[in-house]
Amino acid sequence: MPRQDPKTRSNNFNEVALGYSDEQAQAEASRCIQCPKRSCVDGCPVWVDIPGFIKAICDGDMPDAVRILKDKNSLPGICGRVCPQETQCEATCSLAKKGAPMAIGRLERYVADWERAHMQSLNPPIVQPKPNGKQVAVVGSGPAGLTVAADLAKLGYSVTIFEALHVAGGVLMYGIPEFRLPKNIVQAEVEYVTSLGVKLELDSLIGKLFTIDELLNNGYQAVFLGTGAGLPMFMNIPGENLNGIYSANEFLTRVNLMKAYKFPEYDTPVKVGKRVAVIGGGNVAMDSARCALRLGAEEVYIVYRRSEVEMPARREEVENAKAEGIEFKLLTNPKQFLGDEQNWVLGMECYEMELGEPDDSGRRRPIAKPGSEFIIDVDVVIVALGTTPNPVIAQTAEGLEIGKRGVVVADEVTGETKKPCVWAGGDIATGSATVISAMGAAKRAAVSIDEYFKG
Amino acid sequence: MYKILLKQDLVPNIHLFKVAAPNVAKKAQPGQFVVIRIDEKGERIPLTIADWDEEEGSVTIVFMEVGTTTHRLALLEDGDFIANLVGPLGLPTHIDKFGTVVCVAGGFAVATIMPIARAMKKEGNRVISIMGARNRSLIFWEEELHRVSDQLIVTTDDGSYARKGMVTEPLKELLETGERVDRVIAIGPSIMMKFCAKTTQPFGVKTIVSLNPIMVDGTGMCGCCRVSVGDETKFTCVDGPDFDGHQVDWDLLFARQRIYIDEEKRSFEQWQSQHGILS
Ligand SMILES: Cc1cc2nc3c(=O)[nH]c(=O)nc-3n(C[C@H](O)[C@H](O)[C@H](O)COP(=O)(O)OP(=O)(O)OC[C@H]3O[C@@H](n4cnc5c(N)ncnc54)[C@H](O)[C@@H]3O)c2cc1C
Ligand SMILES: Cc1cc2nc3c(=O)[nH]c(=O)nc-3n(C[C@H](O)[C@H](O)[C@H](O)COP(=O)(O)OP(=O)(O)OC[C@H]3O[C@@H](n4cnc5c(N)ncnc54)[C@H](O)[C@@H]3O)c2cc1C
Ligand code: SF4
Ligand code: SF4
Ligand code: FES
Repeated sequence: MPRQDPKTRSNNFNEVALGYSDEQAQAEASRCIQCPKRSCVDGCPVWVDIPGFIKAICDGDMPDAVRILKDKNSLPGICGRVCPQETQCEATCSLAKKGAPMAIGRLERYVADWERAHMQSLNPPIVQPKPNGKQVAVVGSGPAGLTVAADLAKLGYSVTIFEALHVAGGVLMYGIPEFRLPKNIVQAEVEYVTSLGVKLELDSLIGKLFTIDELLNNGYQAVFLGTGAGLPMFMNIPGENLNGIYSANEFLTRVNLMKAYKFPEYDTPVKVGKRVAVIGGGNVAMDSARCALRLGAEEVYIVYRRSEVEMPARREEVENAKAEGIEFKLLTNPKQFLGDEQNWVLGMECYEMELGEPDDSGRRRPIAKPGSEFIIDVDVVIVALGTTPNPVIAQTAEGLEIGKRGVVVADEVTGETKKPCVWAGGDIATGSATVISAMGAAKRAAVSIDEYFKG
Repeated sequence: MYKILLKQDLVPNIHLFKVAAPNVAKKAQPGQFVVIRIDEKGERIPLTIADWDEEEGSVTIVFMEVGTTTHRLALLEDGDFIANLVGPLGLPTHIDKFGTVVCVAGGFAVATIMPIARAMKKEGNRVISIMGARNRSLIFWEEELHRVSDQLIVTTDDGSYARKGMVTEPLKELLETGERVDRVIAIGPSIMMKFCAKTTQPFGVKTIVSLNPIMVDGTGMCGCCRVSVGDETKFTCVDGPDFDGHQVDWDLLFARQRIYIDEEKRSFEQWQSQHGILS
């Protein structure tokens, strides 16, 4: 798929991947052999009819491709861009064995983009099902909340989403940067969900404005919790509260949600920094580093305590980051941060690490080499070490069971929690995972909620 | 959108808004705050809930003009709208029957300490309030605060009204006279809260302060508002804003409040030039 050139793109927030042309999409779609086993579908947590929508592309029937895709996936423009397809649908595609699986994600993106460009004018009649008189409250408007809301609305439920922030979308709006997932696409897909009749209550922090029990006592017969894993983790090492040290959540929220890259037109500032260190090796670290670069940092480092093979980030994102000029400092782990008299960070003392025996995660455990300390000069640091569920919900709801690392315990298949009439899914139940796994959990919860009401 | 039902200019640079937010009004408790955003391009800023009216469905905020957002806010009038208001946020102030409670308020905080003084009084405490301002023209709500206090002491820095000096002076005298004080609540500029805490420390009187670091979401998601209390990192928006003043690392708070000082200046200058105001 064509992309913006690395030199150009490292100076702007426009989307990196440019999408298929009609000819490219046709050529790719025609490679699908329409296998009767449909093994690709097994790899998709939301059960998209992949051969079906690809066939519609081949037949030149784009409205039908849209219909088939959206039947299972309410957020195709998002999934086509950020699903880790290489470990999902494309991994199980039968052509994968021959080394060249179908580019399912890119085709999905192509169909969704075609819809945004053309369907408005076609004005598709949205068939509103007959209301069944049942009310469901959904807490959180990330991919999990949007999916469960859309699926239940399609079945006739009256659904209200409560969202703490001033826009819907969760991590899709505040975390994943514009250059990977344009915000107008997220909002277009949110609008699709509200066009199904879903009500959206923004600026509503559940636990404070209403507790879950208050929702249940005030007309909602079921509650779905999709509040994600938004609590940032820090390292608890000396100097971590120095000025210039951000959690990835704060840095990305300022940049993406509050549009600090357009400061002062948008009034939320962010420190740009000349030498920026991002600590961590996941997608969040890559996104933070690439944002810092685009804001104008001269040098951006990824500081990761293991080696490149253990990095949890998607291969593609690591490649993108490298192509843009981000420097990787591997087998390196901070010991403490050093600051000046004004409390500004100016250096990071690090250990060199080596890999020992595998730990619980199956990856080789990093061990600090004694006496190996050295200093990296920095003026901004972004800590991207992961997040856990925000405790506000758990603190204010009796009867929820809380598991390891603050997750809400929910049945893996149905999403039922230990509290009657309350379901949960997505990052709140698993810890940080993926958009598509959150959507899959939400879809299964929608089925379970529907079964519960049908008795 | 949240409608401004009433605007009052309390003093030239401190204003009061009553904003329509019926659900927040039902839940608000003393010491909690809201985060507001004026419009699409605006910043999210926290403001304490100074009062609420469940029947009318309104919450009251009182703010002082300091930078771009608060100056822009001051230009709005009755009937205008602000884009976003989320709350009530933070933990409520711990209200209990302590005995004698001294409420110390500096500047705009005369408004924000009101619900706390009122609740302390209602709980059966003897409430002694101390309010301070730079000069006479900045005094407001003297009567109102008096009404919810057993005793009120007023100070101005320059002596243009009431007692000359800082709020810490009458506070110290109270403690020195051997008056039994069971708890002090100090709210206002950070520097004032720090010195109130310093004043009470030798007397061992528990002193609660309401911290005001920079915030973004106000829901515990970003960590921008982290402060150090008793050598532990806390997120002010969810663990506070009230903390034990004797345990707060004040220098860290002051430093972190200055993170964006250059950007705030740039933003304010741009805003002034756009509005034909020469700095
Ligand atoms: C920077 C970054 C990059 C990522 N990149 C990818 C990627 O490329 N591909 C991928 O598949 N995954 C990626 N992920 C992970 C993915 O975004 C998450 O797994 C997914 O968003 C989880 O969805 P969710 O619906 O469970 O929660 P979230 O998206 O976290 O949404 C939760 C929502 O609930 C709201 N909320 C929280 N508490 C309350 C409350 N008490 N009341 C009301 N509302 C509340 C929050 O404000 C938020 O809007 C990335 C994550 C980050 C942070
Ligand atoms: C819990 C809490 C309650 C508060 N209650 C009140 C109140 O009732 N009345 C009142 O007048 N003020 C209150 N403040 C302070 C108020 O939020 C700031 O004055 C306001 O954000 C300034 O914005 P500005 O754009 O006008 O000024 P800026 O030029 O942006 O900043 C001026 C000063 O405000 C601080 N500040 C800037 N941005 C923020 C932010 N996003 N969050 C917090 N502080 C910031 C800066 O440290 C700086 O010292 C409260 C702060 C907190 C944390
Ligand atoms: S939703 Fe994701 S996993 Fe499913 S088909 Fe689309 S790209 Fe593949
Ligand atoms: S497995 Fe691959 S080739 Fe077969 S139908 Fe699915 S996408 Fe087409
Ligand atoms: S303001 Fe973001 S965590 Fe407190």
